[in-house]
Amino acid sequence: MLKMPNLEIHQPDAVKHDTKVSAQDVNVYYGEKHALQNVSVNIPDRSVMAFIGPSGCGKSTFLRCINRMNDTIPIAKVTGKIIIDNQDIYDPSLDVVQLRARVGMVFQKPNPFPKSIYENVAYGPRIHGLSHSKADLDEIVNASLEKAGLWKEVKDRLNDPGTGLSGGQQQRLCIARAIAVNPEVILMDEPCSALDPIATAKIEELIDELRQNYCIIIVTHSMQQAARVSQRTAFFHLGTLVEEGNTTDIFTNPKDQRTQDYITGRFG
Amino acid sequence: MSTSVLLLGLLVAALLAFGLGLSRANALAKKGDAHLHSRAGYYGTYLALWTLLPALIVLGIWSAAEAPIIRGVVSAGLPENVKALTPAEQSLIVGRINSVARGLPRLTPEEFETVRKVRYGFTTPAEAQRVLQERGTVLGSAPEPYVIAAAYDQVELQQRSRTMLTALIAALALGGFAYANWRMSPTLRARNTVEAIVLTGLFLASTVAILTTVGIVFSMLFEAIHFFQSVSPLSFFFGTTWDPRFSAAGGGSNTSGQFGLIPLLWGTLYISIVALLVAVPVGLFSAIYMSEYASRSIRTVAKPLLEILAGIPTIVYGLFALITFGPFLRDMGAHIGFEISATSVLTAGLIMGVMLIPFVSSLSDDIINAVPQSLREGSYGLGATQSETIRRVVLPAALPGIVGAILLAASRAIGETMIVVMAAGIAANLTLNPFEPVTTITVKIVSQLTGDLEFNSPQTLVAFALGLTLFVFTLCLNIYALYIVRKYREQYE
Repeated sequence: MLKMPNLEIHQPDAVKHDTKVSAQDVNVYYGEKHALQNVSVNIPDRSVMAFIGPSGCGKSTFLRCINRMNDTIPIAKVTGKIIIDNQDIYDPSLDVVQLRARVGMVFQKPNPFPKSIYENVAYGPRIHGLSHSKADLDEIVNASLEKAGLWKEVKDRLNDPGTGLSGGQQQRLCIARAIAVNPEVILMDEPCSALDPIATAKIEELIDELRQNYCIIIVTHSMQQAARVSQRTAFFHLGTLVEEGNTTDIFTNPKDQRTQDYITGRFG
Repeated sequence: MSTSVLLLGLLVAALLAFGLGLSRANALAKKGDAHLHSRAGYYGTYLALWTLLPALIVLGIWSAAEAPIIRGVVSAGLPENVKALTPAEQSLIVGRINSVARGLPRLTPEEFETVRKVRYGFTTPAEAQRVLQERGTVLGSAPEPYVIAAAYDQVELQQRSRTMLTALIAALALGGFAYANWRMSPTLRARNTVEAIVLTGLFLASTVAILTTVGIVFSMLFEAIHFFQSVSPLSFFFGTTWDPRFSAAGGGSNTSGQFGLIPLLWGTLYISIVALLVAVPVGLFSAIYMSEYASRSIRTVAKPLLEILAGIPTIVYGLFALITFGPFLRDMGAHIGFEISATSVLTAGLIMGVMLIPFVSSLSDDIINAVPQSLREGSYGLGATQSETIRRVVLPAALPGIVGAILLAASRAIGETMIVVMAAGIAANLTLNPFEPVTTITVKIVSQLTGDLEFNSPQTLVAFALGLTLFVFTLCLNIYALYIVRKYREQYE
């Protein structure tokens, strides 16, 4: 296995991973509005990539291209290529349902289904037929909750409603739900923006652990969070990708003036 | 003056007061030595309300109290032998007094003088009958002197009361206006007063509905208790035969038929179940299509079209069932070897089901739309298809609300009258066969109360017992439905 980087100060140069997701000239239009312009970026496997930028800069839009969530918006149109493991996900022959099973997503606001904790996690495996027996399913639910760091807190009340958990627990439940279908990539759209600092710290810790097995892409408003959890960072501004590189470089030695202004707090 | 003329006068006075108040407030504002507390319109309204309301309240109370008081005074003046008569005979005499009293104002002064002479015993009552008859008041026989006397007193009292009322109203309107006008100053909190009065008006409006409901319940209750004095509740609620036997009806004859509720209740429930079997799947599916799949353009056309169904009067559905659909079903049945009666459970149930479709679909549509989009995205994000998302996330989340919608539709079905009157038949059968006619509680209420009736036989009083049963039934359903809908709402807010 690869040598683990120090958790406190990330040394991205210490680990080199293959590219997992590669975007080439991605453009997104919402009707007349050109929301994202010619974005090209390579995202490595088994690491965390953070998208930062001011509100409305297109970072969430780009994130939602990676599991084709923009398909659910009737007026959205996407051009360009996004390749995951040598496969163009906008290829007409690709089934979006299978894509979304491979690319999990965690949303800004925790959105557990109004079902029990167990059923929330079992939802994905059930619809994809990943288990063949009750014992199988129990095992998947157990393991997913364990990986999401929630098992100890909920193991005695798996049949309680998921909506009854605290905000941070709900978000970890949503992460467990995403992990349960065995994704390769996990997209997180400002996963901590609705949480308090303690819950946020727990989620960040969890992201850092999950990095060992998944390619994680996180959109965040907090530059501190990006600096804490990510190895690579991309800065978006007005629908374009301004700069992308190792997190330490972006924060200590940005090449572009706009990046410099943003991370020093001159706008955003 | 009559009440309507007084009312009109008051309204005109209030308008004038409003105009005066407005211009005075504007003048005060222009003078500019002090800042007006409220906008000028509030001062106008303040004056108008002070002019209108006290007079209006007195007018209302007076008009309501006038007739009973006059009647009391007049009947107190009747001779002792009349007072000793039975209530039925007394009411006959009161009727005669009233018809004479109505005839008196139409007489010319000389004719009135004749009646006056009769009243004080100078001429025979036959004279009075003659002059009254000439002016269109036909009396069967010459009125007794005390009838003439009572009618004469009644008319005189009425005229005096009206004169007093008019004077009082005018005084109150003027007094109210003067008081409000005197109080008017830049510091007067006109807005607060006006808004408090508006608030009282709103409160009163909302109590009207509640009080009416209470009134309905009590009137039903008393008549139903009346009914249960001649028929035991046990045989009403648990009897299986409905046979009120109209022919045997008569004053106090208690040998009359059987009043078993069970066949009617069964008919009501059976038809409602058939109706819901039609309305729930169709309504729910159309709601799912409208809210989840339909494009904007389809939705804008189809949804109003569906809701037009709710605007069709139920009697039109009933006509359709009676003239077109019932015979069609019967002929269809004949083709494939079923004996279907033209008025049957099936006819009424199917047509009522169609009537209920917009209820179920429109309510369910709103409820499905209220399920947060984030839940759908969470499901899509896990690779669920749209239909999986609807089946496993959206519908379970919306289920309590949908159940509430279905219960509301059910109570509508149970209380529905016109469709079943025309399409279900009137035979109170206790049958499982959907091709046979049955009848419902509402149909029996209608048929028990149609025609020439006396309101003291169990044959008619049973309608109130039936109505009360129906009311309690639908009330419970509605309360339960509202409870469920409210519980559901709390989940997302």
